[in-house]
Amino acid sequence: MQLMDNLIMKRDEIIKPVGNPFLNEERVKISCRNVNVYYEENHAIKNVSVDIAEKEVTAFIGPSGCGKSTFLRCINRMNDTIRTCRIEGEIRLDGENIYDKNVDPVLLRARIGMVFQKPNPFPKSIYQNVAYGPRIHGLARNKAELDEIVITSLEKAGLFKEVKDNLDHPGTSLSGGQQQRLCIARAISVQPELILMDEPCSALDPIATAKIEELMDELRQNYTIIIVTHSMQQAARVSQRTAFFHLGNLIEVGDTNEIFVNPEHKLTQDYITGRYG
Amino acid sequence: MNNSGIRHDSSGTRLQLIKAGLKRRYAKEKIFKTLGITAIVIALMMLTVLFITITKNGYGAFQQTFIRLKITFDASVIDPERTGDADVLSQADYGGLVKKTLRDMFPEVKKRREKRDLYSIVSSGAAFQLRKMVMDDPGLIGTTQTVWVPADDDIDMLIKGHIKAGEEGTGRIKANEAAWVNTLIENRAIEKRFNFAFFTGGDSREPELAGIWGAAVGSLYVMFVTLILSFPLGVATAVYLEEFAPKNIWTDIIEVNINNLAAVPSIVFGLLGLAVFLNFFGLPRSAPIVGGLVLTLMTLPTIIIASRVSLQSVPLSIREGALGVGASKMQSVMHHVLPLALPGMLTGTIIGMARALGETAPLLMIGMVAFIVDIPAGIFDKATVLPVQIYLWADSPERAFVEKTSAAIIVLLAFLLIMNAIAVVLRRKFEQRW
Amino acid sequence: MKYSILIFTVIILSAVGFYAGRSRSSKTVNGEIRKLHSLPGYYGFYVALWCGLPALIVLGIWLAFQSSVVTSIVVSGLPPEIQSLSDEEMSLVINDIVNLAHGIVVGRPDNVLLAAAEHYNRLLGTGFLALVAVVMSICIAGLGFSMRYINPAMRARIKVEQTVQVLMILCSTVAIFTTIGIMLSVLFESVRFFNQIPITDFLFGVHWSPQIAIREDQVGASGSFGVIPLLTGTLMISAIAMLVAVPIGLMSAIYMSEYAAEGFRTVVKPLLEVLAGIPTVVYGFFAALIVAPFLRDLGSKIGLDVSSESALAAGLVMGIMIIPFVSSLSDDVINAVPQSLRDASLGIGATQSETIVHVVLPAALPGIVGSILLAVSRAIGETMIVVMAAGLTARLTANPLEAVTTFTVQIVTLLIGDQEFDSPKTLAAFALGLVLFIITLCLNIIALYAVRRYREEYE
Repeated sequence: MQLMDNLIMKRDEIIKPVGNPFLNEERVKISCRNVNVYYEENHAIKNVSVDIAEKEVTAFIGPSGCGKSTFLRCINRMNDTIRTCRIEGEIRLDGENIYDKNVDPVLLRARIGMVFQKPNPFPKSIYQNVAYGPRIHGLARNKAELDEIVITSLEKAGLFKEVKDNLDHPGTSLSGGQQQRLCIARAISVQPELILMDEPCSALDPIATAKIEELMDELRQNYTIIIVTHSMQQAARVSQRTAFFHLGNLIEVGDTNEIFVNPEHKLTQDYITGRYG
Repeated sequence: MNNSGIRHDSSGTRLQLIKAGLKRRYAKEKIFKTLGITAIVIALMMLTVLFITITKNGYGAFQQTFIRLKITFDASVIDPERTGDADVLSQADYGGLVKKTLRDMFPEVKKRREKRDLYSIVSSGAAFQLRKMVMDDPGLIGTTQTVWVPADDDIDMLIKGHIKAGEEGTGRIKANEAAWVNTLIENRAIEKRFNFAFFTGGDSREPELAGIWGAAVGSLYVMFVTLILSFPLGVATAVYLEEFAPKNIWTDIIEVNINNLAAVPSIVFGLLGLAVFLNFFGLPRSAPIVGGLVLTLMTLPTIIIASRVSLQSVPLSIREGALGVGASKMQSVMHHVLPLALPGMLTGTIIGMARALGETAPLLMIGMVAFIVDIPAGIFDKATVLPVQIYLWADSPERAFVEKTSAAIIVLLAFLLIMNAIAVVLRRKFEQRW
Repeated sequence: MKYSILIFTVIILSAVGFYAGRSRSSKTVNGEIRKLHSLPGYYGFYVALWCGLPALIVLGIWLAFQSSVVTSIVVSGLPPEIQSLSDEEMSLVINDIVNLAHGIVVGRPDNVLLAAAEHYNRLLGTGFLALVAVVMSICIAGLGFSMRYINPAMRARIKVEQTVQVLMILCSTVAIFTTIGIMLSVLFESVRFFNQIPITDFLFGVHWSPQIAIREDQVGASGSFGVIPLLTGTLMISAIAMLVAVPIGLMSAIYMSEYAAEGFRTVVKPLLEVLAGIPTVVYGFFAALIVAPFLRDLGSKIGLDVSSESALAAGLVMGIMIIPFVSSLSDDVINAVPQSLRDASLGIGATQSETIVHVVLPAALPGIVGSILLAVSRAIGETMIVVMAAGLTARLTANPLEAVTTFTVQIVTLLIGDQEFDSPKTLAAFALGLVLFIITLCLNIIALYAVRRYREEYE
């Protein structure tokens, strides 16, 4: 009965999260305070406050429709493209509020890369896919520099060896896993400080998933990564910190080990033990 | 790990590089957006200019200048032997009555040439009008009546201000004519009235007598033939292709054919009509039946494509539901799918019919371009249609026909607007989200 | 009129058949409908189909061939000296006879023709009586025949459904017959044309002047039929039209689908579609009355000699007409580009215009090219605007301020008015029609293929 009570939580209820949402200042890359997101009348994110640590993988987990992807898209202001979406509160990147009037979304997105749920390479060659970002931002002065950026990015994404002879083939000709790594290469081609990944493996088979997870582990040496996933195993494998969302509320945040071994909140417990979700 | 280029690894330089380009990039963005708005504004401006010029040129034609004449229906002219015979009455010299009245009004006109000018200010239709009056009521003979008769088209244009008297180049109105008109104005014997003849008359060489009724009736017949042929044919084809046809080369060919026919120039359908319907089957030239057949073939692809889209939007569950209670395939389609798809099919049909109503080129090929005064009485009669009438009038040199053309266009556009409005309402009303 | 009455009678008889069949079927089982194989209504339809369908088919065939049969009978009854006339003169004689038969008397017709006209009318009269007899007997025979077959075990529903399906199949072949009809009608006359004018002269000739032979016996004075100046004229006007329509249409489509707010779109989109709904004859009038004089005056002000039937005026107005065509097709195509591609580009920090130019448009390119090709095909086949606003004289020029002529203008000019179906002048129209059909067919097929492939890619 208690489980049912918890599940039939009132839709507009706002819960104060448990765990340790806030971190020491020197570890913080992003700090979110009282973030609320509305789609017309729908209150999609409810007063979420949380810190994201630098050069770590943070996982957002939760049942579908819990707002984790919405929240992720607030961080690089992708929600700006949706007209009906309204955001309140502040999100600070290195101390600067990204919703400040002076902040340019273009510049912001150059600092925060994004990898999407379904691999979405442009219908261009592999080379052009990766060269796109540096080219529009004017990061390469000449062809040699651009070549170098493309090659480095592909190497970092662990794709270079597989495609080095076929750089002029269309990006769409690759397999699903390769496409997703191409998208990662595309994201890191502009040297972002942060990479947002929105369920990057949901369209991939287990082998391709393993490769991406391996890659994330390597990338966190240089990048801060936030991954949205509905797979608890994946969150446990790749992340250092985990945040659990439910119906737009942040329920619990903490070290991944803590959360999975010893969840504080009943909802978190029910979710990770697989009673619902 | 990070072994990339000189500038690539230092994030400060990288951001500065990006920042440096931002201003230029945003300028481009602004230019691009402005181009988009400009394009739309240009298109809408063209639309506005078109409508304004047509209205400005055309609204005048709904009025016509009339001249007041005091006609004495002199028995010695109309029926000298008092026979009362209809033949005699209809053969009488009514033009003479008009001329005599004009001479009485302007007794100072003596010279032959001047007289001819004077007679020309009244339309030649005045005589027909008087004849009709007498034929309708022979009792008028011997009385004197005040009659408003249409003025000649040039006088009409003068009164409406489209041409000026004695101006070089226009030259159609002479100084003496202008003076008479001025006298008439002073005597309040000339005025603009609603132009019934424009809506009730057939074509005429005289602009002041020309009307669109003949063409409108022709259009009506053509549309009638087109509708009764193309709707059943189109719906049957769509139902067959969508619901019954197996997927094979044969149906593929039909499909490619339909899509291609939708893009074949209309004039080619005219050539088909000329070669097949007129020359091979020997159907009558200029007849609405042939026009209807040609437009049917032209409209079919539109109706078929719209009907298929409409059928596709009916969810599978409806068909399965019907089949599930033991209906045959045909029953499921006829009783359940077709009624649901019908509004969409009707919308497509109306849009196709609207296009057919405005079509001109193929009808020129099958001879619907002839000069036809009489109102057609059936689908085998010689007829013309509204758009062709517009084309014919647009080709006429008289200034007054510019006005008539524009007015006919206004009428045609009004019809099209009504048809499209019906289609939109139908779509809104029956729009269903599954 | 009398034919409509006949058709109406057949329909009424079918309706009678329907009720007769329905009541008969339920009578055979004494009202216990469950014993019937099909519902009584299907027996009714069965009878109605037997009654109406064969009769209407016979009626249709009869009407289709009546006038050619009657004409040939009348011709065979004419005196031999008239029969020995050439085809051309013969068609004039026939025309006279038909006119006389319809009561149109011009001048003083000679007795042979009067007799022939009377013969013609008599044949039509007897023909109609025979038709009534035939159709009615078929109707009644079908009615009686099918009524006798009604019994509870008869699978009426299946028979009716099969018939309906066959009818639907026949309907769907109309499209094919239309295409075949178009091809045959232009090919047949074109072949006759090429028998008189060598095909190479036609395709590669640079001189077009179809006016021939002031006197009938001037055999050698045939005009010249080089199609090149028409081709260049058509292409020039189409090119001007596309120069107007493609940028404006494409840019408005882009703005509508990528930038415009919902409210703006719901107002402006239908307004743009109004442009597509305006009949071409209206555009033609607009071009001839407003645009052409405007351009001429403008030209004379800046010292340019603009013809009053310039290619520019016709092309500009045609461009306006094609704007909504390009924009609505491109709109569909651009909307079919998946949002994920836009997200990817925006997510990497591209501005909206960069996303559109570098990602959306390249992705939509095949579809856009397809729509532009369809628009070109429409421009080439467009008739009324050029008939009313472009010139008649074929000129090989690259100057858009001069008057040029097009395929469609020439087809209309050659075929309006009296036609003699032997003169190369009339036949030339069909040869032009053939060229026009082939050009547009190729464009359409390429365009439809491109659009189709493009759709499949993103579905």
